[in-house]
Amino acid sequence: MEEVDVEPTTTPIPGFDSNQKHLGFVWGPGDILVYETIYKASGGSAGGCPFVHEVRKDEDIYSPILRKLFNESHHIFVGLQRIREDLPSKNKKPQFVSISKNYRSVIRACMEELQQVAVSTQDAALATQYGNQVSILLAVELIWNLCEVLFIDAAPAGSLVLHLLDWVRLHKADVDEKAREVLASESPAEHQAYWDVVISYVLQGRMDEARQVLVKQAALQPAARAMFKLLDNLLMKMPIFNPGETQTLTEFDVKWRHWREEVDRCLQDQSFASNPHLEDICKILVGDEDVLLEHKELLSTWYHFLVTRLLFSHPTVKPTELHYYAQSSMHMFLDTRSVPEPLDSILLAAFEFDIHQVIKDCSIALNNWWFVGHLTDLLDHCKLLQSHNLHFGSNLREFLLLEYASGLFTHHSLWQLAVDYFDHCPEFGRVYLELQIERVPLDTERKALKVIRICEQRQMTEQVRSICKIMAKKALRNNRLGSALSWSIRAKDAAFATLISERFLQDYCAKGTFSDLDLIDNLGPAMLLSDRLTFLGKYREFHRLYGEKRFSDAAKLLLSLMTAKIAPRSFWMTLLTDALPLLEQKEVIFSADQTHELMFCLEELTSEKSVPNPDRPMQDEDIETTKIELLRLALARNLAMAIVKEGTVEV
Amino acid sequence: MEGINAKYVSQKISKTRWRPVSSSSLQQPDIFATGSWDNEDNKISIWSIGENGISSMDDEFEGDPQLVCEHKHNGDVLDLQFLDQDRIVTASSTGAVIIFRHHHNSQTLSVSQLWERAHHYPCDNAPCTGIVCNSPEIVTVGEDGRIILFRADQEGVLRTIENADSSTIHAVTFLRTTEILTVNSIGQLKIWDFRQQGNEPSQILSLTGDRVPLHCVDRHPNQQHIVATGGQDGMLCIWDVRQGNMPFSLMEAHSAEMWEVHFHPSNPDHLFSCSEDGSLLHWETSSNSDTPSFLQGGRNTSIVSRSALAPAGGNQSLISSWLTGDSSKGRLETTHMLPSQTLSVNSLDVLGQCLVCGTDGEAIYVNRRVPI
Repeated sequence: MEEVDVEPTTTPIPGFDSNQKHLGFVWGPGDILVYETIYKASGGSAGGCPFVHEVRKDEDIYSPILRKLFNESHHIFVGLQRIREDLPSKNKKPQFVSISKNYRSVIRACMEELQQVAVSTQDAALATQYGNQVSILLAVELIWNLCEVLFIDAAPAGSLVLHLLDWVRLHKADVDEKAREVLASESPAEHQAYWDVVISYVLQGRMDEARQVLVKQAALQPAARAMFKLLDNLLMKMPIFNPGETQTLTEFDVKWRHWREEVDRCLQDQSFASNPHLEDICKILVGDEDVLLEHKELLSTWYHFLVTRLLFSHPTVKPTELHYYAQSSMHMFLDTRSVPEPLDSILLAAFEFDIHQVIKDCSIALNNWWFVGHLTDLLDHCKLLQSHNLHFGSNLREFLLLEYASGLFTHHSLWQLAVDYFDHCPEFGRVYLELQIERVPLDTERKALKVIRICEQRQMTEQVRSICKIMAKKALRNNRLGSALSWSIRAKDAAFATLISERFLQDYCAKGTFSDLDLIDNLGPAMLLSDRLTFLGKYREFHRLYGEKRFSDAAKLLLSLMTAKIAPRSFWMTLLTDALPLLEQKEVIFSADQTHELMFCLEELTSEKSVPNPDRPMQDEDIETTKIELLRLALARNLAMAIVKEGTVEV
Repeated sequence: MEGINAKYVSQKISKTRWRPVSSSSLQQPDIFATGSWDNEDNKISIWSIGENGISSMDDEFEGDPQLVCEHKHNGDVLDLQFLDQDRIVTASSTGAVIIFRHHHNSQTLSVSQLWERAHHYPCDNAPCTGIVCNSPEIVTVGEDGRIILFRADQEGVLRTIENADSSTIHAVTFLRTTEILTVNSIGQLKIWDFRQQGNEPSQILSLTGDRVPLHCVDRHPNQQHIVATGGQDGMLCIWDVRQGNMPFSLMEAHSAEMWEVHFHPSNPDHLFSCSEDGSLLHWETSSNSDTPSFLQGGRNTSIVSRSALAPAGGNQSLISSWLTGDSSKGRLETTHMLPSQTLSVNSLDVLGQCLVCGTDGEAIYVNRRVPI
């Protein structure tokens, strides 16, 4: 088993007495349930903590501002997946870079909002919490930006330093603030932060701004005008690699060396000896590391130091050489005694182009999978990850996305986002989704409809059936037969439709009338879902026909119900009893053949009942036999009349 | 489609409605209310889109909706309607019907009236699914199949139609001041007349084919017999309730459930529908036009309308363009109004030239230049 890199954090459970009791626990998808217990077969006194505690690792998904991060990044993620595969990767690079920038702008927007709330809130604990989240987001954006520069944009030598400069400038915004303050003051050149501003600008490679600020000082010291002019000249002439131009890297290198020699000569000539600040600037331009290290507070981070060092000593550095300079910069800048922060080791890993180490360190340092999931997915699209399979059978990208989406699924509201993530995990996504989607709590019909739609779109018929069954049972329990029926139609669940029809028929036998006529009368093609349902519909139609006095049609229908075996055997007695009034009519309704069939049905029915049932009371037996006798009589009479009628020839 | 941006609000939006503007003023609406669902703490919120009027450029970034006030809501907000300028009625998944009052001077919301278990089962709660208001009367329908008539400011229930439906009633709309129309989950439209005492509908209409559950209904603003419905299969049906038992036309609109359909209140040749598949369609019908109308930009699919019946005589000019039997005479164009595929669009509302909609992606979209 791998060593644990960091000390695990301890979370105390309130109300728990660790001396007397043990802690029982069970894992959930994103949290643990813990409870107090005595780990013995029996015994145990009354009292103790009656609560079950839920320990969550990830609090971020419950923060309302961070929720926007999850939603917006989901939108970007889905857009990324839809980029067509067949385009050559050369054309796709600008798209990937712009997607990376989208992700970063979402992070920044969130960060700004958090910052505003942190400043304006009254609650101190909340302010600290927001402050922490802001610093985490800052670090996250820093890392993402570096990964974009090094891996996605993959700048070659020459432009690499320029991109890194941009990266540093973006994350050291206080220079502009200070400069504004200084320039706004009455006498900028005498402001105490004046030289700090100038040097900061130089350290960031912003020569034009540095020169503009220097002019203020030059105006104050007309005597030293020549010196200032010289420095101004040097700053102006500093060559900057321009990737668009036809100038090659070697040409730029030559130019740069010339310029550097010129600066060196100025130093040797002691041209700036009278003004220590100007001398410092000159030494910086030459790349003197000791002078750079003297301005540690202005640089404030080792990676700023690294980039400045590269700018003035090795502007044509190749990506593969970066890690030497990164290592040495970090050692030179940081105290050897202090332990490197997680952020530092992550950035170092990035400079070493060790993508896997970056992802691993970030996974450990952060408390949810959002960052690593999305970054890995983007890098995977850029084809930068070697697809070595992990022990669990899927590759790194899929593993991280599955973890992220599973975490989302535990959220009462964000589970809908997780569905799209599972969709884009080819190996295990579907299985995960099938297991998780059934456990979404269904309080209203509308939510159930949405869940079912998700399942139907992915042909998860089992889940559709089970959800429809749950909703149908709930409806049935509340006596909403129409709703129950509409759920069984959706699931094409014949068995349940049969159950509902049985309920209707039972109601009819009990009360003598149908309830919910609006449903039965208007079943439409849904009637065919189950035999029992068809019978119900047809039986109701029989009653309607009878009510409309269309006796011959009613009679035909009744007969067909029995002969076509649509009616359940148990109901035949009721049907035959329904036939009685038709038989008793003055007019002959049933033809001779039809009467024969009725008699046949009756015989079938009675032959089964030939064995007297000892459990049934005598009265029921009597009623039964009376009914059968009546029927036999009516049938015989009808037969007679029918034969006569059919035999009669009209003259 | 310019000027439509997403505002992420950290809650899934189930309903959005514009606050009504007085018909005399020509102002565009600037305040809308939203209700959330599926949260542990649901809320209703009131948003403002700030100053309307002159904007410097056509494509200028439209003002973001700003939150004015919000209030906790017990249960999902399944429907939301403005009763008048100050009061909002909501339907909750706990079966309650709540009236909120918006206090303009303090910019707060408070509960003004609450009917706790208006819709219920004998032992469970039944969600209240639809509301329609005609101030001061409020009609609500729910999963328990009841229709309840309330009066704002009166404590008790004015009238209940028990067991009006054996399945869930999803939406309700007024046909006339005393008549309402409901749609249910077995695909039936039922017309109820409050002047009659019984518990039976005065008319039932349904499709002859598959009984697809219907989720939304809206009446034509000027012609009381024309009604549009949308259902589970995403088909848009236009009905004429005076005539027969079949819809006038059936159009394939969406690939999933259609959640809301609205006629534009002042320009009824325009219809809007939104759906679970993440699209919001703008339907425009133009009748008696010599030249076909081509839409400027946007995705454009022209749908052939299959009409079931020819209009039964009468003055040609009075017959709504929605009921034109001959599809070559009336052209129907549709535009997708959202820039890209989103999660389900749950709700939309349109007033004047402004459209607002809310999605399951926790975003609100506002468009202030709807081409009508």
